[in-house]
Amino acid sequence: MSYLEYNTRQMPAGLRKVLYLNWPLIVLLILVAGYGFVMLYSVAGGRLTPWAEPQIKRFGAGLVIMFIVAFMPLWFWRSIAGLSYVVALLLLLGVEFFGTVGMGAKRWLVFGPVRIQPSELAKITTVLALAAYYDWLDLKKVSHPLWVLLGVLIALIPALLVLRQPDLGTALLLALGGGVVIFAAGVHWGYFAALIASAVGMVTLVLQSRGTEWQLLKDYQYRRIDAFLDPTIDPLGAGYHINQAMIALGSGGWSGRGFMEGTQARLNFLPEKHTDFIFTTLAEEFGFVGASSLLLLYMMIVAVCLLTAMRTTNRFGALLVMGVIGMFFLYFSVNMAMVMGLAPVVGVPLPLVSYGGSAMIVLMVGFGLVHSAHIHRARLPS
Amino acid sequence: MKRTDREKEFSRRIVSRRALVLGGLQLGVAGALLWRLRDMQLEQSEQFRLLAEENRINLRLLPPTRGLILDRSGVLLAGNEQNYRVVIKRDDAGDIDLVLARLARLITLSEDEIERARRDMLRNRPFVPVTVAERLSWEEISRVASNAPALPGVTPEMGLSRSYPLRDDTAHVVGYVGPVSERDLEALETPDPVLLIPRFQIGKIGVERLAEDRLRGRAGSQRVEVNAVGRVMRELDRVEGTPGANVHLTIDATLQNYALERLHGHSAAAVVMDTTNGDILALASAPSFDPNLFVRGISRANYSELLENNYRPLVNKTVQGMYPPGSTFKMVTALAALDAGVTDGRETVFCPGHMDVSGHRFHCWKRGGHGRVGLVSALSESCDVYFYEMSQRCGIDRINAMSTRLGLGIRYDLPITSVAGGLNPTREWKRANRNAEWQVGDTINASIGQGFVLSTPLQLAVMTARLASNTAVLPRLIRDPLERGDTRAASLELRPEWLRMIRQGMDQTVNDRRGTAYSSRVVADGQRMAGKTGTSQVFSISRAERDAGIRRQQDLPWNRRNHALFVNYAPFDAPRIAVSVVVEHGMGGSSTAAPIGRDIMLAALNDGRPPLAAYPAPQRNRVQYEQQELEERLRRPEDMRISRA
Repeated sequence: MSYLEYNTRQMPAGLRKVLYLNWPLIVLLILVAGYGFVMLYSVAGGRLTPWAEPQIKRFGAGLVIMFIVAFMPLWFWRSIAGLSYVVALLLLLGVEFFGTVGMGAKRWLVFGPVRIQPSELAKITTVLALAAYYDWLDLKKVSHPLWVLLGVLIALIPALLVLRQPDLGTALLLALGGGVVIFAAGVHWGYFAALIASAVGMVTLVLQSRGTEWQLLKDYQYRRIDAFLDPTIDPLGAGYHINQAMIALGSGGWSGRGFMEGTQARLNFLPEKHTDFIFTTLAEEFGFVGASSLLLLYMMIVAVCLLTAMRTTNRFGALLVMGVIGMFFLYFSVNMAMVMGLAPVVGVPLPLVSYGGSAMIVLMVGFGLVHSAHIHRARLPS
Repeated sequence: MKRTDREKEFSRRIVSRRALVLGGLQLGVAGALLWRLRDMQLEQSEQFRLLAEENRINLRLLPPTRGLILDRSGVLLAGNEQNYRVVIKRDDAGDIDLVLARLARLITLSEDEIERARRDMLRNRPFVPVTVAERLSWEEISRVASNAPALPGVTPEMGLSRSYPLRDDTAHVVGYVGPVSERDLEALETPDPVLLIPRFQIGKIGVERLAEDRLRGRAGSQRVEVNAVGRVMRELDRVEGTPGANVHLTIDATLQNYALERLHGHSAAAVVMDTTNGDILALASAPSFDPNLFVRGISRANYSELLENNYRPLVNKTVQGMYPPGSTFKMVTALAALDAGVTDGRETVFCPGHMDVSGHRFHCWKRGGHGRVGLVSALSESCDVYFYEMSQRCGIDRINAMSTRLGLGIRYDLPITSVAGGLNPTREWKRANRNAEWQVGDTINASIGQGFVLSTPLQLAVMTARLASNTAVLPRLIRDPLERGDTRAASLELRPEWLRMIRQGMDQTVNDRRGTAYSSRVVADGQRMAGKTGTSQVFSISRAERDAGIRRQQDLPWNRRNHALFVNYAPFDAPRIAVSVVVEHGMGGSSTAAPIGRDIMLAALNDGRPPLAAYPAPQRNRVQYEQQELEERLRRPEDMRISRA
C-alpha cells in the first residue's frame, strides 16, 4: 500500500475525520477508565491522591495522544513501521547496557527528566512492524517457511530482549501479540499446531531445568510457578499474594462488600492493590456484578475492534487492529486469570484500570492506531 | 506492493476468517474467566468471606487477674501490685536515641536497659510497644507523664504484677510465679491459651504452682480488627474474663513470722500443727529467700548466692529435708512393743550403758548407764538400751507398722512442691537398695531413730499431733470453705493406757527434773508442755579424731555435727498444738532444739508472742533479753495487710 493506493475521494479529510472516529470505542474506553478512577479512589482510602488524580490526568493526556495518532493518515504509520521497530530494538539494547535497576530488573532508560520503558514501546512497534511486513509480503508467500521464520523473528527478537531484563510477563505478551498478527495474516494452521506442541515441550523443559546449571528461569519465577500450582504451599511467602487476592475476590459475593468497604484492600492484605491486583479490589467491593460488567466492557471493546478489522480491505489496517486488540485482550485476560489463580503471577497490569503511566499511554497510542485504521479504512466498492 | 482487487478481497476474506476464529477463541477465554468468577464469587463466596474475616479479626486474650493467697485470718501473702512501667513505640518516637536519652534523665535507666529497649524496638514492628522500664515509683512515673511533650512515643502504663508483701516469711509455702517456660507447657496436656501471652506468669513452686488452676482464673477475650502487618485498627467487642479464686491457707502469718525469725541464724525447720484438725499453722524453713526477686527475674549474682549458701535457703526443709529422727522416734518403738504385747510398759530393763548383740556392742548415749528403767523413764531420760531391748523383742516389721500408723514414712499430699516421703526401712527396701540382708544391728539402730530411718519435720509434727490426739490427723495447708471443720480424723485406736504412758514419758521429759528437756519447761497455767528431744548422729567421731583430741561436738566442723530435734505438744491435758523443730547440725536436741520448740509453742498458744510469765523464774532475765532482740526483727501487726477479699 502506498499513498497512490488511496482513493482520496473516499477518505474523510480535515475536521471531518472527527465524525469518522470509532465513537462506540471511545465511549467504551472512557467507561473502563472510569472503573479505574473509582477503584483508585477507593484503595487510597477515599482520596484522589496519590493515585486517582494522576491517573485521570494521564487518561486525559492519553485521549489527546489517541486523537493525534488517529488523525494521522494510516500510510504514515505504515511508512514509519520499520523505523520505529528498529528504534525500539535499539532502546531495548540500551536498557541492556545502560538501564536503571528497579525491583530486581532493568526496565527503564533515563534521559534527563524523562524515564521511558522501551518494553512498553516495543509492544506497539512489534505489531506495527508485523502488520507492515505481512502487508508488504506477497500473499502467496505467507505460509512459506522462510517468510514465516522472518515474521517469527520480528516478534521474537524484542521478546527475547525483554525476557533478559528480566520481565517474563511483557516478553510473553510480546510473543503472543506478535503471534496474533501472524495468525491473522493467514499463516498456515500447521505452524500453530507445531508451536503449541513445542510450547508444551518447552514448559516441560523449563520445569526440568530447575535446579540444574542451565536453569532457564530465575528462582523467584519458579517460586511463583509453585505458588500458582498450589497457593497453600507457602501461604505467607510466595503464595501469599495470590491467596490474599483470591480471598478478596471470592469474598465479594454477588454484589460486593460495598464501595470502600473491602477489608482485604483497606487493611492492606492485598499486594499491589492499585496496580496488578486492582481487579481483586473491584471484585471485593462490587462483587460479581462489578467484576463481570468490567469483563463485558472489555469484550465489547474487543468486538468493536474486530468488526473494524473485518470491515476494512486495507490489509495493513486490519492486521494492525488485530494486533493491537490481541495485545489488549492478552493484557486483561492474563491479569484476570492471574488474580483468579488460573495463571502464574507475572506482573501484567489490568489495561486502562491499573495505575501506571507508560502502559496507559502505550495503550492509547494503540487505540489511536485502531481509530486511524477505522477512519482511513479502504471502503469496499459499493 | 500494488495489489489487485481480487487479491485485496482474498486478503480481506482470510483476515476476516481469522478474526472470527480469534474472536471465538477470545470469547471462549472470556467465558472461562466468567465461569471462574462465578464459581469463586457466587459458589465459594461464603468460604472466602470467612477467610477474609479470619484475616481481619484477631482474637486477643485478656489475662485474668490472679487470685490472692491469704493466711488463715486474711493476711495477704501473695497479691497483685500496681506496677508502673514506661513503654515506647518506635514509629511515634521518631529519633529513638534522643527520646531514650531524655528518658534516662528522668528515671534511672542503666546502659543495659537502654540497649535492650533499643534492640527490642528495632527487632519488632515499629508500632509494637516495647517496655523500657518497669516497677517505677509514683514520683518517676509522674515525672515522665509531666514531660510527655518532650517524649514522643513514650507512654506510662499501669499493670499488675505479683508481689509477696511478707517477703521471706512464706517463700517456701507460697512459692512464686515466673514467666511461662517451655517445660511448663510440656507438662500440660492442653495448655490454656492464656499461657502463650508474652510475659504471662505461672506458678513455679509452692502453692502458687500447685493451686495454679484455682488461682489463674479464666481469660477474657477481645476481638480487634487488624491490618496486614498486624496493627490494631479498632476494637470490635470484648468479653471480660473471670479473675482467679483466692486461696486461704491454714498458715498463721504472725506465727509463721515468729517461727522463721526464731530459727534465724540456724539452718533449721519448724512445723506447727493444730492437733485437732491437722491445720498447718506454721511451716518455717530457715534461712528463707525473697520470692519477689524471682518474679522480677533474679540476677545471676543473687541466684548463685542462694545456690552456694551452705544453709540451702532454696530448700524447703520442713517437707524436703529428711533427717534421722533420733530419739524422737522412741515413742514409735515403745508403742510398737506395747502393741506387740512384748512388754506391759511397767516392767523395767537394766541399762548398764551398753548392750551386746551378736558380737557387737551397742552403747547408750549415757556411758555410765541408766540403771533400771521403765517405759516412762526410758522416754524422759532417753535411755537407748531400753529401746534396743524392745526392738529385739518386737522386730523391725512391727516398728515399721507403728511408724506408718503414726504418720512417718508417708508422703503427704500438700499443695507445695517436693514433699518428701521419708523412709521407714524394711527388709525388702534394704535388699533392693543396699543389696544386703537386714541385720540385727539395723533393727537396733532403727529403734532409736538412727541407721536408715529418715523423717521430715512435717512427719514428726504429724506423729506428735497423732500421739497428742489419738486420731489419724492429716496435715492440711488450704482451708477449703466447703469442708470447714467437721471432717474429724479417724481414731488411731491405740489403747488409752499405752498412750497415757507415752504421754507421761513426754511430760516427764520436759517437766521432770531428770528429763532431757527440763530446762525448756513451761510454768504457765494451762500451757503445760510435753515433748521429746532427739539428737541424731550425722557422722560418728572417728578413732583418729578422738586420738587427736576431738571429743566434743563443738570441736567438729559445722557440717559434721549432730542434728538437734525436738517435738512437743501442749497443753498437756487438752492438746491443741503440736510442734516439731529440727536444727541441722545443732548438736543437741535439749540444748538447741528444745528452747526453740518451747518458744514457738508459747507463741502459738499466745497469739504470736510468748509471755515472759510462762518461763521458769530463773530463766526470765535471759529470755527477756532474747525476746527484745527478737522483737526487733519481728513483723509488727500493722505491717500485715488484711485483705477483705
